[in-house]
Amino acid sequence: MKKEIMIVDGIPVALDGERNVLSVIRKAGIQLPTFCYHSELSIHGACRMCMFEDEQGRLAAACSAIPEAGMNIRTNTARLRKYRKTILELILANHCRDCTTCQFSNDCKLQELANRFQIEDVRFPNTNLLRKIDASSPCIVKDQSKCILCGDCVRMCNEIQNVGAIDFAGRGSKMTVSTAFNIPLAESTCVGCGQCASSCPTGAIIVRDDSQLLWDAISDENIKVTAQIAPAVRVAIGRAFGLGGSESAIGQITAALRRIGFDEVHDTVTGADMTVIEEAAEFVERLKQGPHEFPMFTSCCPAWVQFAEKKYPELMENVSTCRSPMQMFASVIKASETDTRRHFHVAIMPCTAKKFEAARSEFAVDGEPRVDLVITTQELIHMIKESGIVFSELEPEAVDSKFAGLTGAGVIFGVSGGVTEAVLRSVSDDKSQTGLKFLALTGVRGMEGIKETTIEVGGAKLRIGIVSGLNNASKLIQKIKEGEHFDLVEVMACPGGCVSGAGQPIAHSAEKRERGEGLYTADRHMSSKRSDENAVVAALYEGILKDRSHELLHVHYKPREATQC
Amino acid sequence: MSKSKLEPNVLEEIMAKTGTAESSVIAILQGVQEHYRYLPREVFGYIAARLGIGVARLYSVATFYENFSLEPKGRYVLRVCDGTACHVRKSIPILTRLRAELGLSEATPTTEDLRFTLETVSCLGACGLAPVLTVNDKVYPAMTPEKASELLSSLKEEE
Repeated sequence: MKKEIMIVDGIPVALDGERNVLSVIRKAGIQLPTFCYHSELSIHGACRMCMFEDEQGRLAAACSAIPEAGMNIRTNTARLRKYRKTILELILANHCRDCTTCQFSNDCKLQELANRFQIEDVRFPNTNLLRKIDASSPCIVKDQSKCILCGDCVRMCNEIQNVGAIDFAGRGSKMTVSTAFNIPLAESTCVGCGQCASSCPTGAIIVRDDSQLLWDAISDENIKVTAQIAPAVRVAIGRAFGLGGSESAIGQITAALRRIGFDEVHDTVTGADMTVIEEAAEFVERLKQGPHEFPMFTSCCPAWVQFAEKKYPELMENVSTCRSPMQMFASVIKASETDTRRHFHVAIMPCTAKKFEAARSEFAVDGEPRVDLVITTQELIHMIKESGIVFSELEPEAVDSKFAGLTGAGVIFGVSGGVTEAVLRSVSDDKSQTGLKFLALTGVRGMEGIKETTIEVGGAKLRIGIVSGLNNASKLIQKIKEGEHFDLVEVMACPGGCVSGAGQPIAHSAEKRERGEGLYTADRHMSSKRSDENAVVAALYEGILKDRSHELLHVHYKPREATQC
Repeated sequence: MSKSKLEPNVLEEIMAKTGTAESSVIAILQGVQEHYRYLPREVFGYIAARLGIGVARLYSVATFYENFSLEPKGRYVLRVCDGTACHVRKSIPILTRLRAELGLSEATPTTEDLRFTLETVSCLGACGLAPVLTVNDKVYPAMTPEKASELLSSLKEEE
């Protein structure tokens, strides 16, 4: 069949049902600039950077124009270049341009495009010199003076996450991105997932940087500093140091942390194995109790837990009482400590919401948190660079022997479907290699936002839902409320799971998928696939966890006041 | 003792007429404003929950339109037109006189006793009657500062 064709800058391009002209232009190998277009979000058409010109000299925004056969368009005419430069100048005139001291420097799309279009002078006076910061959230920092009003964060918060903490307020030159009544983020419905920050093209919403607190602890000889590294971090860090692909760099991270000055380095995978054991036991116990109206929801993701607390408080009793792997592991690490120095435990996480989780009062013992500080992958990258460590040349090192028991089940926690697969490995009847490989093919893997599968265990058919992106969680909860039955539902707030966490380096969806595959590769390299095969964890159950597993590994969240705004 | 601004039955009555589709949001806010003469903060959570949208989205709509007010307004809302026609026919002296008599300014448009609110409006479309002012949507044409003073006195007596 003859394909329909349109012509982009003289290049014929076959049409294949593309969503917009922009996709066709990009297919022609042209990187048309955009601020407000994200393929996973609705089309906004505000920034006007992606304008094209047709044969009649008419202009249109490529993101919101429908491709038609026979279109003959230009993307790089003198007029378009002039307009783009003017748009950039106007944005820059309204932007706090403290680039040299901005945390988002180098990742900033505005900076990149200003360079690309060689904006050497801004003709208009700057109207936004003073920073307007909301640092109330433990997870993210919002600075209105750097906002270009592209609305990416607003659409992310509403469409993908259904959190609705922020929206546009006011209009015209007074328009801002704001919470309702401009209350501090910490008092809003924000759950700290940070997806707004990972979609923000500038430094207007950034991950909160707590690295100075870590430097302070490391410099203090009276403090013992230990670390745990989450699964998703190892497959996201390499590219920042010029390593290709998304292979696990756990060895290099461990080496880097020791050079930075950590006294001990552990792997959160060990904690994840404890979570699997506890969660599988809780799940089996629930099944024994007979049919439930609601499924058991996983509890590893702190943004999801907070979302449930704020939006579905009635479902909280169906959320697993298991602490997250980070908190389980931290409890065990701190409870096992014999050193008399002050113990400062740091979790290296792909996640901004973990910063909130670490500070939750439910985990404190005598007022002292189990995790003293959460550092995201982004912050760790900065710290490694600040230390002058050449990451790509580091010899990989193994984690400390104290808790060095790791399984593939724990590794795959970092990707959507991983928790479910890990639990199924433990509860399934067929524990052979073939059985495990079969589980991987049941529909639990993949980056889709909603996955459903039915698996037979012990003669019972278990219906399992796996969602990532909180709006998808809302969709599934709606279905359940309408009567559809599920036994287990895994929820991850970030689309695709922790590999896409907001604490990770900014990346496109293809790269996030690769990170997930990196975790499955790491799983294949593990000799132990099931959490119950973890000898170190088994020894902990005979030791520190004996009679204390409920105290150290479970949590009952205190009811939180519902936030309306 | 002022009563609580959140009166679910009032809001339900409004929404019974407008429906609770997301697209009804402006009609609902208009109904609320008609009842309270402004949009009380307390009603936002209730309405947002009924519409299944975030409070921030509702706030976004409420702050976009000049006509919605988040501040309580007086029982008498006086709008002095300052469109081009009214302006050249001396609307500003009318505004100045009323502000002086009510002790109001641009920053404080409403009297403390919530009796009067004094605002300007860009054009009421009644340029042939300039200068114009309105009191709760009733139009007073061809005003002068003196006539405005008299109008204000009669409103005060009505109280």
